[in-house]
Amino acid sequence: MSMGEESQPAGPKDLSDDTRVDLEAEFNDSHVKEVLDTLDRELIGLRPVKTRIREIAALLLVDRLRRRYALTAGAPTLHMSFTGNPGTGKTTVALRMAEILHRLGYVREGHLIAVTRDDLVGQYIGHTAPKTKEVIKKAMGGVLFVDEAYYLYKPENERDYGQESIEILLQIMENNRDDLVVILAGYKDKMERFFASNPGMRSRIAHHVDFPDYSALELMAIAKLMLAEQNYGFSPAGEKAFADYIPLRMKLGHFANARSIRNALDRARLRQANRLFAGKHRSLTKRDLMTIEAEDVLASRVFGEGVPDTDPAH
Amino acid sequence: MMTNPGNRLTQGQFSFLPDLTDAQITAQIKYALKQGWAIGIEYTDDPHPRNTYWEMFGMPMFDLKDPAGILMEINNCRKTFPNHYVRVTAFDSSQGWETPRMSYIVNRPKKEPGFGLVRQEVDGRQVRYTIHSYATDSPESERY
Ligand SMILES: Nc1ncnc2c1ncn2[C@@H]1O[C@H](COP(=O)(O)OP(=O)(O)OP(=O)(O)O)[C@@H](O)[C@H]1O
Ligand SMILES: [Mg+2]
Repeated sequence: MSMGEESQPAGPKDLSDDTRVDLEAEFNDSHVKEVLDTLDRELIGLRPVKTRIREIAALLLVDRLRRRYALTAGAPTLHMSFTGNPGTGKTTVALRMAEILHRLGYVREGHLIAVTRDDLVGQYIGHTAPKTKEVIKKAMGGVLFVDEAYYLYKPENERDYGQESIEILLQIMENNRDDLVVILAGYKDKMERFFASNPGMRSRIAHHVDFPDYSALELMAIAKLMLAEQNYGFSPAGEKAFADYIPLRMKLGHFANARSIRNALDRARLRQANRLFAGKHRSLTKRDLMTIEAEDVLASRVFGEGVPDTDPAH
Repeated sequence: MMTNPGNRLTQGQFSFLPDLTDAQITAQIKYALKQGWAIGIEYTDDPHPRNTYWEMFGMPMFDLKDPAGILMEINNCRKTFPNHYVRVTAFDSSQGWETPRMSYIVNRPKKEPGFGLVRQEVDGRQVRYTIHSYATDSPESERY
């Protein structure tokens, strides 16, 4: 039973059609608002995603009420697909989604197990099924997040073991709907090709959520948020330098949205530490320890050579 | 005197009670998971009490959050061995314990013939007693 006991005693089924239903109270009771507010606060931008998550939460809330009046039967399909480029926040949002589903009583525990092809598919005959089932058992009561799901399907190799894994997932997604929710994630175009060749998968997915790329302004806001979380901040010149850095980095290869920003900040912090260390005769203030200066950003190879930094030493 | 009508095997927890329902099994598993114990499923067709090591059905299960996956394996085991004894064991790996903390039967053969008392006369008219499971008179796979 995914709904828990609390939904059982509340409403006799034979109430008249005019019985008042308190959606507001139901919403407050579920404590979903806190999760949605955290989502708003901790994630910059992502308007369409946030709207979709709110819509899904509203749908589930109403479904929960309808269930109470015996207007719905059976567990709804909740499997989702999250599409978008790397570093657009898919994993982060999936974690929040698991929490929302838990608070609304659609999963019992609310944990998230994130896997890729390697965790599901085996190396030899007879290896895949136990491997996939092992992962599924771990995810039960929560959310199974399959990153880059399309790598499960390799049409060029008809003996690929990925197909076996897909078939087990399909079966579980159908038969164990109140035991776990599956979220498939990956790039949009590859995901669409995957669904086109796996109609069974497509038909089991109830919600498709698309994650847009961030604008340079949003990436700047994300950078400030990330720094603030670690008690760092830009000096005015540092902020200007990072604002110049972002569009340059966006044009280069292997750009991974917010993750590239996080990596750039990690390197800036390393350079800051080196700068402070090199000038060690100077006495430092607390502000020095917290501030990223322009030179910490401008030392990046993105400015001089026009290539992404490879390791933090540069 | 009939001390155990029906010859029901009484080993492990709850074995003097009627068979556990799936809901009751789930509640017991949940308790074990909350303690952080690893859960194994084992089966046998040799119910002698000194037969401590039953066959494992798959690997022991670590780090699960929810009993549903374990109940799924129990049902797989019941399907494969409908007429064997199947038990669930919860192993505590923490230092000082390192031992099963729970163990209970979740499946039993339809007909349990039980055990016979065997008397062996030895030197000086001494008698040694032991028990013998009627089922093990037949070869493996024909026992139940
Ligand atoms: N809108 C945002 N606001 C703040 N931080 C963000 C935002 N989006 C992503 N991040 C941060 O960026 C990093 C990468 O995000 P995440 O791992 O969720 O991306 P992803 O889409 O799953 O990437 P991939 O496809 O490569 O797995 C995380 O550290 C996350 O906290
Ligand atoms: Mg990810």
